[in-house]
Amino acid sequence: MSALPLLIEIGSEEIPDGMIASAVVQFREMTEKMLAEQNLGGQIRLADGTPRRIALIVDGVLDRQPDRVDLVMGPPVSAAFKDGKPTGAALGFAKKNGVDAADLRTEKTEKGEYVAVLKKVAGETAAAILAAQIPLIILKISFPKTMYWTGKNGPRFIRPIRWLVAVHGDQVIDFELAGVRSGNVTQGHRRFGAGALSVSASDYEQKLGSNGVIVSSSGRRQRILDGIAAEVGTLSANIDAALLETLVYLTEYPTPVLGWIDKDYLSLPKEVLVTVMRYHQKYFSVSLRDGKLAPVFIAVMNMPGNDPDQRVRTGNSSVLRARFNDARFFWEFDQRKTLADRVSDLGSVTFQEKLGSYLDKTNRMLAIVKELGGNEAAARATTLCKCDLTTEMVKEFTELQGVVGGLYARAQGEPEAVAQAIYDHYKPASMEDSIPSTAEGRMVALADKIDTLRGCFGIGLIPTGSKDPFALRRAAQGVVKILVEAKLPYSLSAIAAGNSALGDFFLDRVRYYFKEVRGFAYDEVNAVLAAGSDDLNDVEQRLIAIRDVRPTADFEPLAASFKRIQNILRQANVAGVHEVKPALLEAGPEADLNKAFDTLRVDVAAKRQSKDYLAALAAIASLRPAVDRFFDKVLVNAKEEDVRQNRLALLSSLLTEFSSIADFSEIVTGS
Amino acid sequence: MDTFQETIFKLKRYWSDRGCIIQEPYDVEVGAGTMCPETFLRVLGAQPYRVAYIQPSRRPADGRYGDNPNRLYKHQQLQVILKPSPNDVLDLYLGSLEAIGIDLKLHDLKFEEDNWQSPTLGAWGIGWQVMMDGLEITQFTYFQQCGGIDLDLVPAEITYGIERLVAFLQGKSSVYEIDWTPQVKYADVRHAEELQHSVYNFEMADIGALWQLFEIHEKECQRLIDAYKSYAEKKRFPVLAAYDQVLKCSNIFNLLDARGAISVTERVGVIGRVRKLAVGVAHLWVDQSAVEEIVQ
Repeated sequence: MSALPLLIEIGSEEIPDGMIASAVVQFREMTEKMLAEQNLGGQIRLADGTPRRIALIVDGVLDRQPDRVDLVMGPPVSAAFKDGKPTGAALGFAKKNGVDAADLRTEKTEKGEYVAVLKKVAGETAAAILAAQIPLIILKISFPKTMYWTGKNGPRFIRPIRWLVAVHGDQVIDFELAGVRSGNVTQGHRRFGAGALSVSASDYEQKLGSNGVIVSSSGRRQRILDGIAAEVGTLSANIDAALLETLVYLTEYPTPVLGWIDKDYLSLPKEVLVTVMRYHQKYFSVSLRDGKLAPVFIAVMNMPGNDPDQRVRTGNSSVLRARFNDARFFWEFDQRKTLADRVSDLGSVTFQEKLGSYLDKTNRMLAIVKELGGNEAAARATTLCKCDLTTEMVKEFTELQGVVGGLYARAQGEPEAVAQAIYDHYKPASMEDSIPSTAEGRMVALADKIDTLRGCFGIGLIPTGSKDPFALRRAAQGVVKILVEAKLPYSLSAIAAGNSALGDFFLDRVRYYFKEVRGFAYDEVNAVLAAGSDDLNDVEQRLIAIRDVRPTADFEPLAASFKRIQNILRQANVAGVHEVKPALLEAGPEADLNKAFDTLRVDVAAKRQSKDYLAALAAIASLRPAVDRFFDKVLVNAKEEDVRQNRLALLSSLLTEFSSIADFSEIVTGS
Repeated sequence: MDTFQETIFKLKRYWSDRGCIIQEPYDVEVGAGTMCPETFLRVLGAQPYRVAYIQPSRRPADGRYGDNPNRLYKHQQLQVILKPSPNDVLDLYLGSLEAIGIDLKLHDLKFEEDNWQSPTLGAWGIGWQVMMDGLEITQFTYFQQCGGIDLDLVPAEITYGIERLVAFLQGKSSVYEIDWTPQVKYADVRHAEELQHSVYNFEMADIGALWQLFEIHEKECQRLIDAYKSYAEKKRFPVLAAYDQVLKCSNIFNLLDARGAISVTERVGVIGRVRKLAVGVAHLWVDQSAVEEIVQ
């Protein structure tokens, strides 16, 4: 038995860039799992992909499974032997397993004694196992959208599979999939490599490397970054991370080249220029030192060389010129009708079947702006904010909705506050994105999102699992982010307008925001939200206070005591606040605690009132010695019922009084 | 440097040499070569077929009054159908580029995901837009469904945008500067047509009249579809004539759209009406083809 490297490569027609990395991970994980289950060992050396290949190299894969001994269970002893002699059942079982009846052994199980045999099983060859397993794994790789190509009911994959490499040591693992026979022959780059190239695990990357293919995705990424740096010199390229990934997986041998922009077009809005470059041409834009766009761009070729006679640079530059020309056409065409004149056109643009047109939505948004106390500019911006949906520019560049409206509003002489609010009203587009920069922008953004949320929840369109076609999570997340980061005083329950499902939905988003985006500990978030979640600014302040007080010595032990109090009260079925009768207090720790509490509660209430939560919490934490002594020396469950009730009343007053900042029992403590 | 027409000759010759019937353009207005019966109907069923043809394709909304260097109301597509698609189809395609003088080592070439679909035709496929130096020169599609019917054999459709391709080959920054022949520019042949049709499509088309025409053709098509079932001698039935009515509806829809006469709300509904006709005719065609095989 020997351990040898295994090379598997799926050769495909060009796989969409966004799907390659995930396919590589799936292929690696499924292969690892299969090798482990088959006892074939192996460690992954390479798992990577290009548009035309998904490749895996596993070192140390055994050439056959180790032999093993299986325990095969037979009939119960009572049925297997009669008068000490094997019955027909025993003989049949022995024969089936190729042993004599004398070799049968007895195994004790929970159900009784059974006969059994120890059967030696010779390990299968890796060649046989892999030939059966690899094609199954390949077809199990899941893609968002697959095709068939050999005819109806044929196998499905992301694109046609054209070759398959499967080599273990120097032996080809022989199988067939979709009419393709496996072998040790790969293909190089479509235009710069050999059409047939025999490979093994030891020379795979190197041979492809000299045939126009950089197998390593990180190698391609680095080559792009290095190439861009060399091309732009002292200018600065705007490296969009998602675009970079696209280009890494759109090429087998990426080479960046610089192209030129006609200065004429630089008068178009930067947003439009960048969108055309970034989304429509997959070019990196380049900035001058002052942040303005430079009259150049970076395209990434899928080939080696540096375009010595500038054909590729010239070609890309003239394509971009035509694109910009189109954008200019849209801009000029759209100016024939102002945003204000387009409002009535919104009546024929459907927002959602049951929720009506964008004109209906606009009117509802206006009511929300009024409800939130928005000013005139916010109302004007709301009226106009959806009008860009009817423009040619947005029809062509949908990702610029809002932005185009803002630019047009500015060009058409709307007040700056109105234009900026329209421009920003889809913000934040994600948790990383910033909130609108102006009060009016935040108002329109809130109204837009609140309307969508109320409307969709109102007709039962509530997101489930990954299905969220109206992006309601993002909308709710945006509302939370705006309320907190702009310190707006609106009540979450008022925004949810009595819809409890929407209220819960918001609460989930609030939790997510403070935990994932702001990095608060989950138990702190739970503790604070349990003490009230309606005013998010207050939630934030209480969270900060809890986080700050937490490392102090008294806090966690006190939190543990509060949890103990809560348990005691729960067991005693105490609800609500009961009056503490001083006469029933026992001198010593109990009376001391009551006294400390009486002194503190006024102080804490005042600090809480003035929202000095940190001071309030510090004051509460100072109660710890008194609480500890109480639990040390005093038995809550006193024999006298009135004394017991009085002690419970003291504890419940304490808990209630001090739980209005955070429910300390939610804090997870070491003790 | 090859002229516009020389490039077309070479592509036709190339595909003719690879077993394609060379068809002439279809004589009913279409938005794309895909809509011609030579593609839309022929890809259905289990009969292998290879065809190539130039198809002038009308897209009223893309008209730019002859001003835009790269966008046209009417452009010429070279449409190739290989049914079923051979394993080396992409190599064949690259060969066609070399045949028209493109040195594949001097230009950048990428296959970017682009899954074609036509809601109006109930058709979709999987494929790419082929980008050369940042310019989309070809749409490549493996058809999966047409007229709502899963295809038995998977055809490859290769669609070249001839104007873009030739402008690229001739190094022209505007399609209007293309040398159609050594003496005649593209603008000389086509500029007036671009300008006048843009004026008509965007400014003068009578919306009421277009709607009437749409309804007339829709009705005529539906009448034929309905008549098929009780028609005795199936192979004589004018399925192909019914399909022409679908194409008329589709073109009028595009005109109305360019004229701004169809609201976004209405749009989906009208597309659905055309699709219903297209799907109806596709089913008749499949049914009729089966009948013919039995008769023979």
